[in-house]
Amino acid sequence: MDFPIFHLDFIGNRAMIAIIAVLHAVINHALAVGLMPVVTMLEIKGFRLMATQPELAEKWDRLAYRILFFAFIITTTIGAMTGVGIWFSAALINPASIASLIRVFFGAWFVEWGVFVTEVVLMLLYFLTWKKLKSSMAMKFRHVKYGLFLSFFSWITMAIIVSILAFMMDTGNWNTNRSFLYGFTNPLYLPQLAFRTPLAMTMGGMIALFLTLIFTRNDQPFRAVALRSISKWVLVWGPFAAGGAMLYYYMIPQNLTGNLPVAMGTIEFQSWYQQIIVIVAVAIGLVILLANWAYFRPRTTPVWLAGVSILLIAGLMGHFERLREFIRKPYVIGEYMYSNGYRVEDYPLLKRDGVLKHANFVATKEITVDNQLAAGRDVFILTCSRCHTSNGAVNSLASKFTNMFGTKPWESGPLKGYIKNMHSARYFMPPFPGNDEELEALTVFIKSLQDYPQPVPGAQDGLGFQKATPAKPLAYN
Amino acid sequence: MFPEGTFLKRLIFMFIQILLQAPTIVQKDIPLPLPVPEWFLIVVLVSMFLVHMLFINFMVGGSIITLAYQLLGLRKPDYDKLAYEVAQTITVNKSMAVVMGIAPLLAINTLYTTYFYTANALTGLMWIMIIPLVTIAFLLLYAHKFLWHRLEKNKLLHISILATSVAIFLFVPLIFLTNVNLMMFPDKWSVVEGFLSALTLPNVFPRYLHFLNACLAASGLLLVWYFGRSSFDFEGKFPALSRYRIRLNLYTVTFYGSVVQFLVGPIVLMTLPTQGLGWNVLGVILTGASIAVFALFWLWKELNAQEAQFGKHFPKIAVTMGIVVLFMGSGRQLYRSNVIDPHRKLVAQKTADYEKMVQEARTEAARPPAAGPATAINMPGETVFNGNCVACHQVDEKLVGPAMKEAAQIYKGNINGLIGWIRKPGKKREGPAMPAQTHLTDEQVKQVAEWILSLNT
Ligand code: HEC
Ligand code: HEC
Repeated sequence: MDFPIFHLDFIGNRAMIAIIAVLHAVINHALAVGLMPVVTMLEIKGFRLMATQPELAEKWDRLAYRILFFAFIITTTIGAMTGVGIWFSAALINPASIASLIRVFFGAWFVEWGVFVTEVVLMLLYFLTWKKLKSSMAMKFRHVKYGLFLSFFSWITMAIIVSILAFMMDTGNWNTNRSFLYGFTNPLYLPQLAFRTPLAMTMGGMIALFLTLIFTRNDQPFRAVALRSISKWVLVWGPFAAGGAMLYYYMIPQNLTGNLPVAMGTIEFQSWYQQIIVIVAVAIGLVILLANWAYFRPRTTPVWLAGVSILLIAGLMGHFERLREFIRKPYVIGEYMYSNGYRVEDYPLLKRDGVLKHANFVATKEITVDNQLAAGRDVFILTCSRCHTSNGAVNSLASKFTNMFGTKPWESGPLKGYIKNMHSARYFMPPFPGNDEELEALTVFIKSLQDYPQPVPGAQDGLGFQKATPAKPLAYN
Repeated sequence: MFPEGTFLKRLIFMFIQILLQAPTIVQKDIPLPLPVPEWFLIVVLVSMFLVHMLFINFMVGGSIITLAYQLLGLRKPDYDKLAYEVAQTITVNKSMAVVMGIAPLLAINTLYTTYFYTANALTGLMWIMIIPLVTIAFLLLYAHKFLWHRLEKNKLLHISILATSVAIFLFVPLIFLTNVNLMMFPDKWSVVEGFLSALTLPNVFPRYLHFLNACLAASGLLLVWYFGRSSFDFEGKFPALSRYRIRLNLYTVTFYGSVVQFLVGPIVLMTLPTQGLGWNVLGVILTGASIAVFALFWLWKELNAQEAQFGKHFPKIAVTMGIVVLFMGSGRQLYRSNVIDPHRKLVAQKTADYEKMVQEARTEAARPPAAGPATAINMPGETVFNGNCVACHQVDEKLVGPAMKEAAQIYKGNINGLIGWIRKPGKKREGPAMPAQTHLTDEQVKQVAEWILSLNT
């Protein structure tokens, strides 16, 4: 990966990207894709009653508006900015992969942008004209149409993004036939969509249920009616979400056994695979329980239970997002690029010449007896730092090696033996790309973690060139 | 890395560092072809960036003007209402600003991939701070807008909420400007140490001033239109204010914002590193500037017009300003390509050479090794062992797992037990567990088991 490498040596890079991405996914599913149709549905309920029961109609309208208000505030701030944040953080943490993805998916992203602009404009229209467009049936009808369009475009936005996510897990035939369409029609696309759509709808319904419980506290008769129709929504979509999750769950291995046989064997995946069934069952079960409760006993439905089940489904989503993270390991782009940013085809060259020689943003080019430690640190930055910290809080090399070799001084032989074969020992790690000299330097650095650990700076602290022998241009000769 | 001393000394030191001649880095590009022709990316970049900036200008300028009106409102309550009115526009402008920024971001990511990402990484912490900072600013803006009437009694708190988001809005552009500046100068990459030091690149602050003026000029003009609409019941809403006066004041903001650009513009031009200046850049910028003179002329006439004549020149002013901005934006892109293009050629060359080496190394590696010492390995199981187990096991000594000689003792005469373990390892000893070796075929497991047991003799 020929980029200056941003590195957070305490919390780790993956933690940063995970926080931003999961937050965005949850907001997008629950508050945009899932909640907009619910709000529109509530508005339509009021619209239908406008002529006959204006008072009740106004109640529906008010409820719909208050739920929309909540969604509007969150989606146009945290939602929108975490969306940008995914780009920013991915570009910092794995620039090689996002840059390659952009080249494959430029068309999709460009269309996505168009859809996104439409979605934002509709959102603004829908929210800001609510009070203006309610004096007559005709105006209200127009307003309801904005809501329907908005719901549709929110879903399209998600449908496009899912293809890119699916591609990252499984490149389909793209690797042999590099075109955009192959990326798009990869085998995991439909199962993912079949899972995410009802999941989003269920989450949207749950949020609406939760907010209705809060907003209608002082109007018990209306509360009962409102809860009933929202819980019906949840009860319709919930089983589809469960079904989608199962479908997706069964499709993953079928599609991945072809590509990543060993992924199935890694401890991490196995534990994920066993947990997910339990979590899906509990989450969906709770949701259905709550929806039934709200339907049959609207008066006694507890708000906190709604809150808990929303958190649980959000957790479920986070869990599924994690799947993408490690199921594609050791690759960031299946079979094409490893998570350390090197392409599979780079390996023979790098193993022969070493990674330092071809890295333009590291200060150490040649390993000598004096600079082994500095060189080893650079090798760590280039080959391990996308997934490990040196001695930080998350997935640190120091703790991993302590686990394996204990606390007595580590020896070079076993360290080298392990790293050389780490891909076969732990399939989710890419093979070590460097040559023997670099391996030696890396072990010197790793041993230093045992007796004199120092935080490893990333590119954001400077590249450290000035300290190298000065005035020798590194420019291409 | 820094000499001991005050913050100021540190800054000066950084500044000197930046000016020193440093090794120029030539990086490799992403070896996949551009997805669309380059001209298309440039058109998207320039045009959509201007649209993005327009909304950013409205957003930043609008919040500054709201703040000003609200402060005036402390004395004259109608100004507070006016501030409320301006605040309404920000909600729309800020959402549009974000979403219109995506297209140019996509274009710059595609076209100048390695340059842009490099600048991002080198200022990484501050770059990613943009996300939480802007989120907070937006949330505060909403709090300010939707709590307006509830905070009527507590103006100090209310105004500080707005002031905080204005402060954030004034800071964030510096991060962007630093990045787009840094990306153009590969000769500075090796000496930059984070955001603060990149901030001292000579061109950042003049451009920042340029930007702030543009914000004021643009939002002044927007509001002149907004309050001038015939559907806008100004007199009804603000009985104590004169529509004409307010619009005149806003025009004045636009006028001064634009006049000052004539001073700041040349400074921006002079502080630009000369390597990108060419007649094409100067030609475009100067044409833009001379068109701006017309806009200024009409603005002047508006400022001095009779109330009855007022507003007549507005369309002309808006259109000329738009054209000026288009020229300035194109000039900026021309400058960028003047600076980067020679370097991009080097990068393309380096990338091509590298790809060639990659292919050579691949063919070399694919060649079957010359018939070497064939004696070393005599059982197929040993190959399996060397490919899959050596990370954790050695023959004679404990590594992560026990020595294979020990295992051979344990499973003496019990090959099925050994196969069973490899397939589905248990947990016996202290330390880590052994991962199941499910990726091996039955044949391979059998071979490696046979080889392990052969160690017994
Ligand atoms: C693709 C990301 C990735 C890269 C790159 C990577 N690792 Fe790992 N590594 C992991 C993960 C994930 C784990 C398992 C963490 C856990 O236990 O949850 C791991 C575990 C380890 C372990 C403990 C293994 C065990 O059996 O318990 C060691 C040691 C290790 N890595 C060393 C390295 C070294 C040295 C490098 C660089 C040469 C490296 N890793 C590169 C992802 C990576
Ligand atoms: C990631 C490291 C790792 C890899 C790779 C690994 N092992 Fe192990 N192995 C261990 C550990 C750790 C133990 C000790 C487990 C225990 O006793 O709890 C072990 C124990 C064993 C034992 C002793 C079993 C016993 O009953 O005491 C055998 C035999 C063995 N491994 C064979 C293999 C073979 C064959 C392979 C390659 C196909 C292999 N191992 C790959 C870590 C590994």
